[in-house]
Amino acid sequence: MKVLLAMSGGVDSSVAGALLQRDGHHVVGVTLKLWGGDSDTGCCSVSDVDDARRVAQQLDIDHLVFNFGDDFRTHVVDPYVADHAAGVTPNPCVECNRHVKFDRLYRRAEQLGFDAVATGHHARVGRTSAGRYTLERGADAAKDQSYVVHMLSQTDLARTLFPVGSIDKAEVRRVAAELGLRTAAKPDSQDVCFITSTGGRETFLGDRIGFRPGRVLDTDGAEVGSVPAVELVTIGQRRGIGLPGGGPKRYVVDVDVPAATVVVGTDADLLDTTLDVGALTWTDTPLADGAAVRVQCSAHGATRPAVLRGHVVEWDTPERRVAPGQSVVFYDPTDTRVLGGATALR
Amino acid sequence: MSLAYLDHAATSPMRPGAVAAMLPFLTERYANPEGSHRFARDARRAVDEARDQVADVLGVAPGEVVFTGGGTEGDNTAIAGAGLGRGTVVVTPAAEHHAVLDAVQRTEGRVVPVTATGHVDLDALADALAPRPSGELVRLVSVMAVNNEVGTMTDLAAVSALVRRLAPQAVLHTDAVQAACWIDLRALTPLVDLLSLSAHKFGGPKGAGVLTVRSGTPLRALLAGGGQERERRSGTHNVGGIVATATALAEADAARPVECARVAQLKDRLLDGLTALGGVTETVPRPAAVPGIAHVCFDGVESEALLYLLDEADVCASAASACASGAMEPSHVLAAMGVPAARAAGALRLSFGHTSAEGDVDRTLDAIADAVSRLRRPVGVSR
Repeated sequence: MKVLLAMSGGVDSSVAGALLQRDGHHVVGVTLKLWGGDSDTGCCSVSDVDDARRVAQQLDIDHLVFNFGDDFRTHVVDPYVADHAAGVTPNPCVECNRHVKFDRLYRRAEQLGFDAVATGHHARVGRTSAGRYTLERGADAAKDQSYVVHMLSQTDLARTLFPVGSIDKAEVRRVAAELGLRTAAKPDSQDVCFITSTGGRETFLGDRIGFRPGRVLDTDGAEVGSVPAVELVTIGQRRGIGLPGGGPKRYVVDVDVPAATVVVGTDADLLDTTLDVGALTWTDTPLADGAAVRVQCSAHGATRPAVLRGHVVEWDTPERRVAPGQSVVFYDPTDTRVLGGATALR
Repeated sequence: MSLAYLDHAATSPMRPGAVAAMLPFLTERYANPEGSHRFARDARRAVDEARDQVADVLGVAPGEVVFTGGGTEGDNTAIAGAGLGRGTVVVTPAAEHHAVLDAVQRTEGRVVPVTATGHVDLDALADALAPRPSGELVRLVSVMAVNNEVGTMTDLAAVSALVRRLAPQAVLHTDAVQAACWIDLRALTPLVDLLSLSAHKFGGPKGAGVLTVRSGTPLRALLAGGGQERERRSGTHNVGGIVATATALAEADAARPVECARVAQLKDRLLDGLTALGGVTETVPRPAAVPGIAHVCFDGVESEALLYLLDEADVCASAASACASGAMEPSHVLAAMGVPAARAAGALRLSFGHTSAEGDVDRTLDAIADAVSRLRRPVGVSR
C-alpha cells in the first residue's frame, strides 16, 4: 500500500516508518506544521521537523511538511482559549486528532492517492469476523493512546495504520536503537504542544483572555477565599485555590465562570451518580440504550463501570465529577476495545 | 525520466562555462589572493579580472564592485551598512524579498504598499519620502528590480527620479537578484547607488554574489575582519566562486537578447495552456513581468497538494517561500498585492532559465492538467 505516515519527530512515528517499510509498504513521511508561536518540544518546532526529516532520510523515504496551521488555529487553539474563557477544560490533543490529523490529513492523503494514513499512536486497529473494524488499546498498557484517537469511525479505521500499537515502548526504543535512528532515546512528549513549560497554561491564556478574579465559596455559600483567575480553576483541583492548610481535604467541586465563583467541598461533595455528555461519536454502530460500558475520562485515567443511557452516563457507583470539556471514552466491558466517545457537559 | 525543472527563480543549474572557470581554483590554483608570493598573485589576478568582467556587464567602475556571499548578504550590507549618518529612516515596499524586508524591519524602517500588480505605490512612496515634522530623514530606500515570486518589473527610473527629488540625501538600493537574466543591468546601475546580485540565479555558484557600491556612497561592512574588498567585505576571497560568478554573468549578459525572446515564447505557451484548463488566474499581466517568471493561482486547489503531485510527476515548481521547518507559508507578496487568501492558497510559480525547453513546458502542462483535475474532485472522507 501507499501509506502517508504522520511523523512528529518522536521515536514512535520514527519506528512506525521502519515497521511499515519492513512490511513492504511504500511510505511517505509528513510532518505537520501546526503552530507558529512558541513551543518547547511541540510537534512543529524546527528541531522536531529536523528529527523527522533525518529519520526519513535514514529510512530512505520521502519527507514532506504540510502547513495545517490555519485548521489548527481554527479547530484547536481558538476553541482552547474560548473554552477556558467559558469555564470549560478542553482536550486539545483530542481536537487536533479529530480535526487535523484524522480529518484534514486524511482528505489530503486521499487527494494525493494514498491508500492509508499511519501515525505513531499506541493503539490497534482490528477486524471482526463480520469484517467490521475495531479500535483496541495498544499492547503497552502504560503507553496506550486509544483514548486520544477514540473519534475514529469505520471509514477512518479502514484506512488507518498504527504500526507501533502492537509492540511495547521498550521494543519501540530497541528497534530505533538497532536501526541507529537519532530519535531512539528522545524523551516522550508530555504536554500540550503549543504551551511552553516556562510560561505554562497561565501565560498562554493570560496573553489571550482577561482573567477574572473569583470568589471561593463552600458548599453552603459562605466565602472562604479567592482565586486570581477563575478561568484557570478545574473541577477536582485541590491546590492553588488559596485555602489555608490543615483540616479536611477540600476540592473544587464547581466552577462558574460567568458568576466568577469557585465552590469547594469534601471528597464526597465531588461524587456524582451520573455524567451528562454531548457530541457522541461511535467507532461502529451506536450502542444500545442501557449498554454496560467502562468509561475513561482522562488520557491515562482508570476506567469505571457504567451504563450509557442516551446522553447520560449512569455510574455503577458514584464517581468523581468530570470537568466539562473533557473527553469521555467508552470501552467494552473487558476494557480493551473503544466503542465510542463524547464530551463531558456541565 | 529526467526532471522538468521550472524553478529557476529558486536556483538555476550552473552554466558549464562557469563550472570550468571555477574548477582550477578548487584544485591546483588554490592560493589566497592576499598572500605575497607568486602563487597568491595568480589568484589575485583572477579576482581582478573577474572584477573587470563584472564591472563591464554592470556598467560600473571596477572599484564599485564588491564580491559578496550572495543576495541576502548584499541586501543586508546595503540596508544595515549604507548611508550612515544621512538620516534615520529606511523605506521599502511590502512585496520585497525577506532579505530586504526583514533587514528593513530590524532598522524599524517604513514599509510602503504595493499595487495590485506588485509595483511599489509611487504616491505612498512619495509620502514616505517627505520630511517629517520630527525632522527624521530618509537615509535609504530599497526597491527590488524584479519581484521574485510574481516577476513584476519595477520602473526604477520613476522610483529613482522620485527619490532624488524628494529625498536627495537618501541612498537608493535595488535588489536585482531576479533581474540579471532578463534586464540589461547597465540600464539599472545609473539609477541607483547600490545593487545586489546573487550568482546562482544566473548560472553561477551558490554562496557568491555581487554588491555594486557607487563611488562616494558610505558603507560600513557587516563583518569586522581583514578588510578585503576595500574594507567593504572582510573574509578571504571565494576565488573560484568569484571567477565563476563573472563568467556566468558575462554569459547571461551575452545571451540575454536571444534568451528573453525565446523564454517569453515558452512562458506564453505555458500560460496559454494553463488558461485553457479553466479556473486559473494569471497573477500579473504578462507585460508587467520578466519572461522568466510565470505566476498563477488555481481555484479550488491547495499549493501544497499541487506541488506534491507535480513532484511525483517529476516536475519541479514552487509556490510561496518556505519557513525554517520547510512548511509553505502564506505569501506576503500576494497578501501585499491584495490577492484574496482563498485565491493565494492555490498559488504556483513556474520559472524559466537557460536550460528550459519546450519539452519542459509540455510535460509540465500535462502534469498540471492531471493534478488540478484530481485535486478538484471532491474527497470522500467525511465524519
